[in-house]
Amino acid sequence: MKKGTLKQILLITDGCSNHGEDPASVAALAFEQGMTVNVIGILDDHDENADALQEVEDIAESGGGISQLVYQENLSQTVQMVTRQAMTQTIQGFVNKELQEILGKDETMTDIEPEKRGEIMEVVEEIGETCDLEVLVLIDTSASMYHKLNTVKESLIDLSISLNARIGQNRFAIFSFPGKRKTVQKVLDWSPKLDAVSTIFPKLTSGGITPTGPALKEAMYQFGKKSLFSSLKKPFRDDENHDQEAWH
Amino acid sequence: MIKKHGINIRPGMTITGKWHQHKYVVIKQLGSGSIGTVYLCESEGKYVALKMSDLSTSITIEVNVLKELDKVQGNRLGPYLIEVDDWVSADGTFPFYVMEYLHGTTIRHFIQKNGQHWIGVIMLQLLDGLAGLHESGWVFGDLKAENLLMVDSPPRIRWVDVGGTTRIGRAIKEYTEFYDRGYWGMGTRKAEPSYDLFAFVMVFLSIYYPKHFQRTNQPKQTIFQKIDQIKSLKPYRACFKKAIVGAYATSSQMKNDLLKIVNHSQRNRQRTKNKQQGSRFIEVVGITLISLTYFIIAWFSF
Repeated sequence: MKKGTLKQILLITDGCSNHGEDPASVAALAFEQGMTVNVIGILDDHDENADALQEVEDIAESGGGISQLVYQENLSQTVQMVTRQAMTQTIQGFVNKELQEILGKDETMTDIEPEKRGEIMEVVEEIGETCDLEVLVLIDTSASMYHKLNTVKESLIDLSISLNARIGQNRFAIFSFPGKRKTVQKVLDWSPKLDAVSTIFPKLTSGGITPTGPALKEAMYQFGKKSLFSSLKKPFRDDENHDQEAWH
Repeated sequence: MIKKHGINIRPGMTITGKWHQHKYVVIKQLGSGSIGTVYLCESEGKYVALKMSDLSTSITIEVNVLKELDKVQGNRLGPYLIEVDDWVSADGTFPFYVMEYLHGTTIRHFIQKNGQHWIGVIMLQLLDGLAGLHESGWVFGDLKAENLLMVDSPPRIRWVDVGGTTRIGRAIKEYTEFYDRGYWGMGTRKAEPSYDLFAFVMVFLSIYYPKHFQRTNQPKQTIFQKIDQIKSLKPYRACFKKAIVGAYATSSQMKNDLLKIVNHSQRNRQRTKNKQQGSRFIEVVGITLISLTYFIIAWFSF
């Protein structure tokens, strides 16, 4: 089987967008172009805002991804869980399509006897372990997110520890929104590790508006730009595990 | 974490499998994790544990692991798998599996009740299980106090949640920060035996630090300090520290070290016991002699 690259946008936010187009429609557009959009909604201590919750779910649903609401203290594990589950879901989507060609229309995994699902899942897991992965992290830095940024930073470093334990290659990029006089701000350019995050993060400033839709669109565009660029260059490979010490 | 399960199960309900038509009467909820919820059920007069989730893929992965564990020679640490099926409810179709119901107490509770001298035995039992698992090409992954249970007659350690079990060489699927060497900056999250051995030490630390302890800028020193502060763990200090820094490549290496320590400390205890018994003997004989003397003196003075 040809080894493919999974493309994910991971949106980390704590509230409603209030500027520009509907983020769910942008997410649908991204999904059409082969990316999945996952959303993590960070909750403030025990006051739930129903609108914000609904938006988080809507964006992920139209983006073919996974959404999860979480309190700050559980962020690290959620970030890695959502990313992994979204990978599995995407791969399973491919596998389901293949299965339909073999088994006939409308047949999915749940129509197969449970005992036989295991073998299919083995294949899905194998692909998930070995495929290449590109994650564009899009962080909402509007005012209310300010005191959560340190947790976000830690959870991203943690994500790269998890993903770099895989056999397949990873590439990460981080953008924040709103940017200074722009929709998004580049925090970290495509790189196989997230070490640099520690030094860059404190420089993030927080703004007033939350243009989630336009920011997603920009993220989508960044993905396109990157693939155009990397097709001209040899894909970047990095020696694994050579600087574990640099993490903390 | 906030979940959006569509699953609505209450005690007293009967769950009937779509494929095998077996009936399970729900007694109560046993626990809920990131992947699903486990219920205590009754089926044909027996207690079983039933795990249900809306994540079909995760359930299937766990079933795969349980099947693999059944193949591991001599392994009776994990629960054995009874059945896999789907439940068709008004809210949708949910996959579930049924496994052996394990009933017991936590290691911490067990040691509080039965004494510190059990700790070495428990360590060896757990390490034995891990060795079997590692030799078959698997790593437990999410090894933590909550996933371990002491069952009765005879007292044995068992593991209850195998969701984190990962093939050696792959990335660890599930972990809990306190037990995860990646979190502590003490290594990768690659599934290798040394990953479990780090968590093994943290499991035994968690018995003495039930509220755990915080990560610092010097994680190694912090963990070492915490090991040193526990008197009951004194014989195991060197061995634990080797496991923390990843110096054991296999679980049998650690087991060999541990076996020596446990045998040694058992013998020591035996020796002190003998010595105590010996002195008590002298004491008893001495008192008898003295009282006999007094008795004779008294006898003759008449």
